[in-house]
Amino acid sequence: MIETITKMFSYAFVQRAALVGTLVSLCAALLGVSLVLKRYAMIGDGLSHVGFGILTIATAFGMTTPLYLAIPGVIIAAIILLKIGNNSQIKGDSAIALISSTALAIGVAITSLTTGLNTDVCNFMFGSILTISETDLYLSVGASLVVAILFIIYYRKLFAITFDEDFSKATGLNVVMYTNLIAVLTAVIIVIGMRMMGTMLISSIIIFPALTSMRLFKSFKKVIISSAFVSVFSFLIGLYLSYAYDISTGATIVLVNLIAFICFNLVNKIIHE
Amino acid sequence: MSLIQVRGVHYNYPGKKDALDGVSLDVGEGEFVCVVGENGSGKSTLMKCILDLQKPKKGEIIVSHRIGYLPQKTEIQSNFPASIEEVVLSGTIVNHIKSIWYTKRDRAMANRVMKDLDLYEIRKKCFRDLSGGQQQRVLIARAICATEKVIILDEPTNGLDPSISIQIYEMLKRLNEKRKLTVVMVSHDISRAVQYCTRVVELKDGKVEFDGQVKDYRVGGAKK
Repeated sequence: MIETITKMFSYAFVQRAALVGTLVSLCAALLGVSLVLKRYAMIGDGLSHVGFGILTIATAFGMTTPLYLAIPGVIIAAIILLKIGNNSQIKGDSAIALISSTALAIGVAITSLTTGLNTDVCNFMFGSILTISETDLYLSVGASLVVAILFIIYYRKLFAITFDEDFSKATGLNVVMYTNLIAVLTAVIIVIGMRMMGTMLISSIIIFPALTSMRLFKSFKKVIISSAFVSVFSFLIGLYLSYAYDISTGATIVLVNLIAFICFNLVNKIIHE
Repeated sequence: MSLIQVRGVHYNYPGKKDALDGVSLDVGEGEFVCVVGENGSGKSTLMKCILDLQKPKKGEIIVSHRIGYLPQKTEIQSNFPASIEEVVLSGTIVNHIKSIWYTKRDRAMANRVMKDLDLYEIRKKCFRDLSGGQQQRVLIARAICATEKVIILDEPTNGLDPSISIQIYEMLKRLNEKRKLTVVMVSHDISRAVQYCTRVVELKDGKVEFDGQVKDYRVGGAKK
């Protein structure tokens, strides 16, 4: 096993994937707790589909770094999604379903009209650690650090608005601004992470660690810390298994997350019996 | 001195008749006001307008101090993983809004309020594992941490056993008398609630039907 790990990390692409993946998993877990508790868990799914649509457009136009287009595009989509969900007659989950299926349809249509279902498109759909370039690495590290720092700075406020929006509004917190902040940070993490995890699986790294930790821990702080650990360890174990057994990285990470979820459930049952 | 001044406030939800139809009232320091009325009479809407959660269509509301708020229980997620301490501390955020961490003063305040409301010993317990009455006490403690001057409570005893409701009312009465906390409470539980307050405001069809001392009010809305 140690030999495999040593060999695995001798490749530059694995080093890049490990660094980007660890940071993305950490940030996704931090944001995931608020998203799951605010019942916006599926926002990750919706935004990844929007990201897919934008990435296919960028690829069709031959952009070398499609993230430059995808990040602002998905941020705008995230804010629109929250606005539609909060203010109109189309509520949260329906708004997400509407936008995500439309974006996916646009992506598939553009793919059919231009490149066809080539390797690039398959990588967007199911993820690949081979696709992470050096530019992606710098962008990912920068963006992940910004997300993590903002999360720490606004931790108290994010707790307050996640727990009780009305109380927070009544006491003068700018709930709209902080909700938009969560949406923007989520959008950034989704775009960075979907290259590795794939459009179809990226939302799982937002949802799973939060749900897993909530089975066992009973304070917000502990749930956040546990989510971060579960997410990073699931990613690293998933990356190793994916390399060792030649399975899709995104799918392996999701399955490891599932095992963690089952284990936490079992421990919770044992403790309470 | 009035802490809350409501002047001719009108509010209507889209496509519906006026939820508030020219409501005016003043709440002074140290009062314990109970706002009563039937379902749809405009009680919660009035509170939300005072708290700036809803904008009145007409009229004016002047609030001279930050208000602590206890929302209706149904608006809070019952399965939220948060300790009592975390919930109570979150009330202090507005005191030092720019600070990244809770200050020593915030923690001292939260501890004092938790001790006052018999929550300190169980502060590490999870909010979702508490009984309905205990959860309400935690939320009241959070509201007091946001301001020690005036709190608004929307149906604080909704869904609670009568004995627990009485404990909540007694606690509010104690806070009102000892800490000089101004309390504005919306309640369905008219017969019990009016025993603890100093003033009753009854709303009917969005209008003030009665506004006066408890001794002048009879349950059922009839004026003396």
